[in-house]
Amino acid sequence: MQKSFAMAALLAASCAAQAAGSDADLAAIRAQIAEMKQSYEQRIAALENKLAEAESRTAQSAQSAQSAAAPVVAAPAAQSSASAFNPEVSLILQGKVRTSKDIANRGITGFFPTEVEGANARGFSADETELVLAANIDPYWRGQAIVAMADGQANIEEAWFQSLAIGHGVGLKAGRFRSGIGYINEQHPHARDFADAPLMYQAMFGDSYAQDGVQLKWLAPTPLFVEFGAELGRGANFPGTDRNRNGAGGSALYVHVGDDLGISNNWRVGLSWLKTKASERSAEFTDLGGVAAQGAFTGDSTTWLADFVWKWAPNGNPKYQNFKFQGEYFSRQEKGALNCSSDDPLSLCNVAVESSYRTRQSGWYTQGVYQFTPEWRAGLRYEQLDSGTRDFGLNAANLAVDAYKPKKTTAMVDYSWSEFSRVRLQYAQDKSMAGITDNQWTLQYIMSLGAHGAHKF
Amino acid sequence: MNKLFAILLLTLAALPVQADLKVFATVPEWAALAREIGGDKVQVYAATTAFQDPHRIEAKPSLLAQARQANLVVAAGADLEIGWLPLVLRDSGNAAIQPSQPGYFEASAWVNRLEVPTVLDRAHGDVHAAGNPHVHLDPRNVLKVGEALTARMAELDPAQAATYRSGFKTFAGKWQVAMARWEKEAAPLRGVGVLVHHRSFVYLENWLGMRELGALEPKPGIEPSSGHLTGLLARQQATPAKMVLRAAYQQDGPSLWIAGKAGIPAVLLPYTVGGTPEAKDLFGLFDDTLHRLLKGLN
Repeated sequence: MQKSFAMAALLAASCAAQAAGSDADLAAIRAQIAEMKQSYEQRIAALENKLAEAESRTAQSAQSAQSAAAPVVAAPAAQSSASAFNPEVSLILQGKVRTSKDIANRGITGFFPTEVEGANARGFSADETELVLAANIDPYWRGQAIVAMADGQANIEEAWFQSLAIGHGVGLKAGRFRSGIGYINEQHPHARDFADAPLMYQAMFGDSYAQDGVQLKWLAPTPLFVEFGAELGRGANFPGTDRNRNGAGGSALYVHVGDDLGISNNWRVGLSWLKTKASERSAEFTDLGGVAAQGAFTGDSTTWLADFVWKWAPNGNPKYQNFKFQGEYFSRQEKGALNCSSDDPLSLCNVAVESSYRTRQSGWYTQGVYQFTPEWRAGLRYEQLDSGTRDFGLNAANLAVDAYKPKKTTAMVDYSWSEFSRVRLQYAQDKSMAGITDNQWTLQYIMSLGAHGAHKF
Repeated sequence: MNKLFAILLLTLAALPVQADLKVFATVPEWAALAREIGGDKVQVYAATTAFQDPHRIEAKPSLLAQARQANLVVAAGADLEIGWLPLVLRDSGNAAIQPSQPGYFEASAWVNRLEVPTVLDRAHGDVHAAGNPHVHLDPRNVLKVGEALTARMAELDPAQAATYRSGFKTFAGKWQVAMARWEKEAAPLRGVGVLVHHRSFVYLENWLGMRELGALEPKPGIEPSSGHLTGLLARQQATPAKMVLRAAYQQDGPSLWIAGKAGIPAVLLPYTVGGTPEAKDLFGLFDDTLHRLLKGLN
């Protein structure tokens, strides 16, 4: 086949030669033939290489398939040492300087107090330093661990392995992972568009929801993106508590649908459900006499989430200009018992009071971020929560029930020198605590060292 | 009712047999090549257009949905799609297109890559460890990739292997002739000094013997700064560039600025298939690229 093809090419060239005639043209044709000859020699050399490669491959069939991918050029600096298999490493440096009011027990009025770590930290701080390690484990699995380090502590944010070889649209993940519910939940703080999590996420989960367990996803074989997810896990984090029982303590279901709209628009919508249980989930309350009391909730917590994100970029090229608009809504129902107790003899709960507990609360945020040059972005976020209905049963006679609609408006502008470095200035007017308007300024940096980050949608 | 169900099941079972080879190409040039080889026996999806920087794409829902159903992913490789393709592959739930499988094909693995860095340090910008990934602008590389891609398509779809081989043979025949013509036409470009926006044209310059005198980006992936552009302009005295090149997906501002100051033409090149109305296919891509370069010279 090769030969006849070469003949045909030569024939074509000689036909052209008859048509031309002049010496200059002949010289040009000779040059062309020489060029073609050279090109053929290159191809033959490539084929010979390939043959040698194939032979050596059969000889060492146990070798990984990865190394066989470069028949013409050997991979640069092919290392034979064990260190060549080191995982992809990246380190995220995040730090900030922040000004706000000094409020010792920061919380969100009307919501079961959740601890937002460092919520009242003011001035300079190096925040968390995040170490990410990831690699393919073998042809079947890939693993990743994310460790967040701060003074005196190292938290395992995520540590999971995921399937590569199941196929049929199935993805399996197991270990500790950020749940696929909502939109922003899977994003680590460095990937977010604002320096802090939306109030809604602070009220729902403290920051974001992660659990130890398994996740099963299925992507439908349709041109429209339709993804279903189910998770089963320990459910130890807020709104649940660690109950150290056999079986699952938390479960989640979600569906995502998305597509392009023309060449410039992309969208995704999602609906999620999270169910978990709490046992003696305690928090500080104030009784009707204004004395501090402990409230402990035991029961079921069910959260529904709806999210959407829409992205626009001229011609679908986000490098120079793009706009991202997203919003999420949640509604949470908690049902069970509340135990009110206090060591203070003046408290109405000095003798512990057990009552029923039933709440239905909701909230939402919406934000837009516009990147107007490759380096600059500006964003605006507005959010509101509703403390909703809170039925404390018998304890309504003891505990103060705050009805409040926390609000917060945030504006930010950030600058990126490259894909790997960013500095952000953010201003927020925070009315998440009744009677307090807190004007917060944050100057933050995010630096990514090492492996190239993923451009998640 | 039962019968209907049985028929439905049989139809569903028969579907994969009849289906064409589904190719998910990350960039338009390799989508075009797959079409040249496969003709109407393949369904080719191009994940990006000529107006999109293939490095800055996100793992969009539409890409996941397409990758889920693909039999073959044709990537440029050499880290060009590192920000999004690994994520798309992993989240697609498609075992056949994972990088260790025959369903994953990396074009740049089949050619001699230029600018393989000896030092890997981000102080040099967003450098690619495997070398410059924009390999398709040397038509000799297109041929090498085409040959390897044909073999891969034949391996994945043995029933159509003969069709793919003859498709490539026809293409390669035409390509050889066109290459000879292009090289003759491009003779005046030999030795011509150029400035480039991003280092996207290294293989083109290498093929035609052009000289790259500088890039408007101070480092790969870093946007042109006025200081850097002024520096380039100052060098124009000693080593004059004849034109400044940019791809269809790159901003025109920096090129136009330096072109205006230096009194040289700013030349927009299609860079890939679809980048200009004339670059309808791979032949059009090179025809138009040479046409624009030669026009810039005069």
